[in-house]
Amino acid sequence: MRKVKADPKGVLTGAHYLDGDFSIAEGALAAGCRFFAGYPITPSTETAERFAERIPFVGGVFIQMEDEIASITALIGASWAGQKAMTVTSGPGFSLMMENIGLACMMETPLVIANVQRGGPSTGLPTLVGQGDMMQVKWGSHGDFRIIALSPDSPQECFDLTIKAFNLSELYRVPVFVMTDECVGHMHEKVVIPPADQIEVVQRKWYEGPKDKYLPYRPDKDKVPFMVKAGDGYRFHTTGLTHDERGYPVINAECQDVCVRHLADKIDHNADKIVEFKEAQTDNADVVVISYGITSRVATKAIQEARKSGLKVGTLRLITVWPFPEKRIRELAKKVKAFVVPELNLGQVRTEVERCAFGQAPAFGVSHCGGWVHDPDDILKAIKEAAR
Amino acid sequence: MKEEDRLEERNPIENFLRMDRIPHIWCPGCGIGTVVSSFAEALRKSQLDLDKVAVVSGIGCTGRVAGYVKLDSFHSTHGRAIPFATGLKLANPELKVVVFSGDGDIVGIGGNHFIHAARRNMDIVVICVNNFNYAMTGGQVAATTPILANLSTAPYGNFEYPFNLPYLAEACGATYVARWTALHLRRVTKSIQEALGKKGFSFIEVITPCVTLYARRNRLGDGLNLMKYYYENSDIQHGADTRTLAIDFQGKFKVGKFIDQEKPTFLECMNTHLQKTLGEKYIPHGVKP
Amino acid sequence: MIYFGDLRAKKGSIHINKERCKGCGFCVEYCPRDVLELSEEFNKKGYHPPRIVKEEECCYCQLCEAICPEFALFVTLKKEEDEGEKSESRP
Repeated sequence: MRKVKADPKGVLTGAHYLDGDFSIAEGALAAGCRFFAGYPITPSTETAERFAERIPFVGGVFIQMEDEIASITALIGASWAGQKAMTVTSGPGFSLMMENIGLACMMETPLVIANVQRGGPSTGLPTLVGQGDMMQVKWGSHGDFRIIALSPDSPQECFDLTIKAFNLSELYRVPVFVMTDECVGHMHEKVVIPPADQIEVVQRKWYEGPKDKYLPYRPDKDKVPFMVKAGDGYRFHTTGLTHDERGYPVINAECQDVCVRHLADKIDHNADKIVEFKEAQTDNADVVVISYGITSRVATKAIQEARKSGLKVGTLRLITVWPFPEKRIRELAKKVKAFVVPELNLGQVRTEVERCAFGQAPAFGVSHCGGWVHDPDDILKAIKEAAR
Repeated sequence: MKEEDRLEERNPIENFLRMDRIPHIWCPGCGIGTVVSSFAEALRKSQLDLDKVAVVSGIGCTGRVAGYVKLDSFHSTHGRAIPFATGLKLANPELKVVVFSGDGDIVGIGGNHFIHAARRNMDIVVICVNNFNYAMTGGQVAATTPILANLSTAPYGNFEYPFNLPYLAEACGATYVARWTALHLRRVTKSIQEALGKKGFSFIEVITPCVTLYARRNRLGDGLNLMKYYYENSDIQHGADTRTLAIDFQGKFKVGKFIDQEKPTFLECMNTHLQKTLGEKYIPHGVKP
Repeated sequence: MIYFGDLRAKKGSIHINKERCKGCGFCVEYCPRDVLELSEEFNKKGYHPPRIVKEEECCYCQLCEAICPEFALFVTLKKEEDEGEKSESRP
């Protein structure tokens, strides 16, 4: 009985005019998040502000920590005390969080981090859009592990995907990232929040067996271990060191192999259930445009123009960027002439598409360093060239 | 049957330890085990529900404490034990959260978190085992190393000014500040007991011998010599002005309970203020209905 | 045996886990009655564990139990075996 209806206290049912940042906060509250530890950083601050305004009436804690490192660590603590927890940040804060994202993965802690991407690297363009953290979200922390990353393209999707992010994090005991961007974050649109009983929320995989037989990291049939929380008398131990099923550190190669492969298998094994994308007109397309976030909306214009001029263009909009929809790209690569991947970075997802295409179809990137969205004509030009 | 199994009664501390991980990794003559014994005794005497006590450690020799105590224990990343404890405590205010970590972890890399948690009067107990160096990584200079001490990254002697930890804790707003040496067994226990029974940010510094590194590099003898030295050069002065508590290399220093006051904790402030400002619509956190 | 009314000095019985000892010498040094000293024997790790030299002197202060960093020592209260004479100074 892990899927339950949302707690109506946190659900602001109705039709609202909200920006992406606010929608993330509303999505979190609807999903049952009652702990937020964050640090202000443009363009994500509004999410923290909204949460701070709303949480006193819903019940929970908002704390502005001293830096992003403290924020993510406090989230891990809160999650182990049994709460659903989230934070929001942007590029520079995201980089600061990397070590403890690794800790959250190693300890298999459910939590949600939203990254409202801005132009990078370093301080970059604090107030302007970018999509340059897509590889960092997967590989940013050291060592091997897997995470899940979602990419909304509108405030409505910010709301929906934040709820989905919480659900995925509870299902797979892994940090889940909502990789939005400054444009979607600051764009105001209609957001419809349904009644609480129409929102499905996944509860944590609580252990209910005998206390003395509990092993914190023994994978269940779905590869995800059962979890407990501090204060319930399980007297468990968890560590960032390589550990065995008991949670105790074991410093040798055999344990490392088991421990690390488990972190990867947990997601890889369940990838088919996690991956989500929206496809259109790909059946006999010559060119498929793969995009995500704000760029997918800009690409829509270019695709319309291309179709008007007679080209057979399909679209694949990524909802989950990680795990990457490898299988589908591989299948499409056999049928299409080429892929076009517009993004606000120098080709981070393009390299993934090329890898998955296995040489069967080239992937043309339409790179833009951020600061503004693409000119649809650039994407149109790339589509036309790809079709040749 | 092994000799230890033949003992007709078990060492009472074994109920409190993860015996499947004993013997521990600390060196012969290291004082950390002694501090853990004092902590165990304090927990026993305070009669807290041990299911509700959580211990968070960072990285380092003292950071290994979380792995040896049979409580809900967390071994987090270097310097981040205090925000981890903050998250635990705020998410479940019924927990009694103890941060048990070393000087390098808490005030070196963790310095920023330390000052803010103290400033906010977060309701946690911080036991800082001070051995004046980063021992686990081989004995490097730390923020608490006295001037002239010799360590691997200060091979000609330390010339940096060290922290005066009780002064720092008081300045940041801690409501309970005490310093003892590891040999002050029962006084350490009593301080921990008092801190566990109090609300607010409690800070207890325990000066401990580090045999393999600090003592060896500075030719101070073995664990026993250093333990004796610390005890004999410590002077109990309760309530002393924390500004005068600096520690010189091989000089005398003061120990005792310096600060013991009452101040509303972060959660109490949050609830009181929001209740006052928002009235009945506010849903207090951590307050039983 | 010193009597004061019905009060009697406590006596302790020391249990030493020799294999856990790392020979630091804290217990030997700080026992107020010098009940322990480092033995000549070796344990499996090559350390000299303590041995009890004057068991009857142990007054159950439990300092050795509190100070041992290896949790290798603990003291239990010796039960009264004999009643002993009642003091004649009771009023």
